[in-house]
Amino acid sequence: MTDLSMSRPQGQSRTGKIILRWVLYLALGLFALFYLMPLFVMITTSLKSLEEIRTGDLIALPREVTFDAWRTAWSGACTGVQCEGVRPYFWNSVLIAIPGVAISTLLGAMNGYVVAQWQFRGANVIFSLMLFGCFIPFQVVLLPMARMLGIMGIAGTIPGLIFVHVIYGIGFTTLFFRNYYVSIPSELTKAAKVDGAGFFRIFWSIFLPLSLPIIVVTVIWQFTQIWNDFLFGVSFSQAGTQPVTVALNNIVNSTTGVKEYNVDMAAAIIAALPTLFVYVVAGKYFIRGLTAGSVKG
Amino acid sequence: MSPILEITNLFKSYGSTEILKDINVSIEPGDFLVLVGPSGCGKSTLLNCIAGLEPITGGSIRIGGKDMTEVSPKDRDIAMVFQSYALYPTMTVAKNITFGMKVRGVDQATQARKLAQVAAQLQIEPLLNRRPGQLSGGQRQRVAMGRALVRDPKLFLFDEPLSNLDAKLRVEMRTEIKALHHKLGASMVYVTHDQIEAMTLATKIVVMKGGVIQQIGSPSEIYNRPANLFVADFMGSPAMNLIPAKAHRAADGTRIEIARKSGDPIVLTDTNNRDLPEDVILGVRPEDIADPDLRGSEDTQAAECLIDIVEPAGADTFAVMQLGGKHVTARLHSETTARPGEQKRLSFDLGKVSYFAPETGLRLN
Repeated sequence: MTDLSMSRPQGQSRTGKIILRWVLYLALGLFALFYLMPLFVMITTSLKSLEEIRTGDLIALPREVTFDAWRTAWSGACTGVQCEGVRPYFWNSVLIAIPGVAISTLLGAMNGYVVAQWQFRGANVIFSLMLFGCFIPFQVVLLPMARMLGIMGIAGTIPGLIFVHVIYGIGFTTLFFRNYYVSIPSELTKAAKVDGAGFFRIFWSIFLPLSLPIIVVTVIWQFTQIWNDFLFGVSFSQAGTQPVTVALNNIVNSTTGVKEYNVDMAAAIIAALPTLFVYVVAGKYFIRGLTAGSVKG
Repeated sequence: MSPILEITNLFKSYGSTEILKDINVSIEPGDFLVLVGPSGCGKSTLLNCIAGLEPITGGSIRIGGKDMTEVSPKDRDIAMVFQSYALYPTMTVAKNITFGMKVRGVDQATQARKLAQVAAQLQIEPLLNRRPGQLSGGQRQRVAMGRALVRDPKLFLFDEPLSNLDAKLRVEMRTEIKALHHKLGASMVYVTHDQIEAMTLATKIVVMKGGVIQQIGSPSEIYNRPANLFVADFMGSPAMNLIPAKAHRAADGTRIEIARKSGDPIVLTDTNNRDLPEDVILGVRPEDIADPDLRGSEDTQAAECLIDIVEPAGADTFAVMQLGGKHVTARLHSETTARPGEQKRLSFDLGKVSYFAPETGLRLN
């Protein structure tokens, strides 16, 4: 009898818990729907014809699916006088982002390794200064950077943009790698030194192979930053070297006459796809890399 | 033979903090030197200085007769085993062991031969293709030893290699290291905070405190003739009894008076030591206060003592009493008749006692 009386309130609280859980799921589901709404509208609109957009409902599914808008966005839409779509600018972005990510990640790894494992006089000061670099707003560096690029003779070129992104990225990449490497016991470096390995050997053979999680984090971070950048792209590029974000802006803002919403939407999705892709492919490592600090030997 | 390791007037400081003060140590080939002391005494720093991983502020280090003070670690002809083992996490056991040879450009055939040799010696052949993460603590320890052994260096350095193992494994590995030292006849420097490890392994012990060497000597010298109160207290378990006492000169030697809370003081006569100052601290090892029937030496003298606590520990039974205002431990045999709260006749072996000056802590006899 005592068992029954004991189990009763417990049972009630259990149903209470289940109800609470469902309420929670419902709320989360609604938030997710709300959050996904713009994407839904973008995709459906990009698949509609202009005619249908004009006559139909904003959130209705397309009556007739057409990829014309995507084709136009990729290779026919006009950015000012030229009508080549986003394609050339997309490749500009690729040409900027890939070396930019690779170089800044490698430099960050190197810096992090030095600051974390080779404690020299002033290491912490140098690290603090680099960290400070993360917090300088973009707008502040625009003019000096333009002057710098001019002096170096790479103003308005793709290498110039790579240079800007590498410089601006080093602060973050160094921070990531430093925090990762600082949790690796210094005895590892000592053992390698006794074994006869030098500075670069220890970096290549011991630290870099350990760094996959943090490399993934850094690559995602840097790729997103560089790919999505607009301000540097618009400031330091010229006609042929604009990245996709700038081209997208030009497509959307420079059309005359009828606004081709379907083309705008398709172009916007194309511009956003690579970062989405990188996150989907490597996102699992992103979370893991952010949380995993120590290396258990 | 010239010493394999010779440290002369070594100083080390971080900024204005002196970590090591005027260290002078030398060992002969085949010696097993143990640096022992409480944490923060500078023993690990000294080892790192020997390895060349820490620059020194003054003095010199010679290894194998050559001045190595300014030489980088890789050229000192040393191998080192670390407390955390410091195995390279992304490399297999085999790669861990051969990494040093690979870096030095030793050819593949030699690498394979030496690897096989060391793996057989340490019985780690089945582990060669595993990663450190897949090994147990004891196995990692062996691999770390293998990495050092394969180098065949002039000098082995060990930085508390057993302190991450559980108690049982620690004792096993201790025996193994000792056996290895015997077999190789190699010269070793070993850092530990465990005085039992120091006693069992060493041919020579350096006791350190606060960056200063307290005593250098063989294990028996350190144990039987500690140079000061710190060494007396640090080495041995249970620790040496340090009892404040009064010394008076007498015709047949020195009368040692130990005050007691209740009753007359214990009076013992030491026939070996004369010329002691009046105030002394008497150092007696627990095993030198024993059941009367066990000791027959002429220096043994008996006295009635009031036992406070009796602690059976299997092979021995420890009895604790109050003498001279201190807890004093006696090591009695397991079948002892001592009972808490009762008087018990105990014999003091005065042939093995130490005397210390209360002010300076230095040894008097």
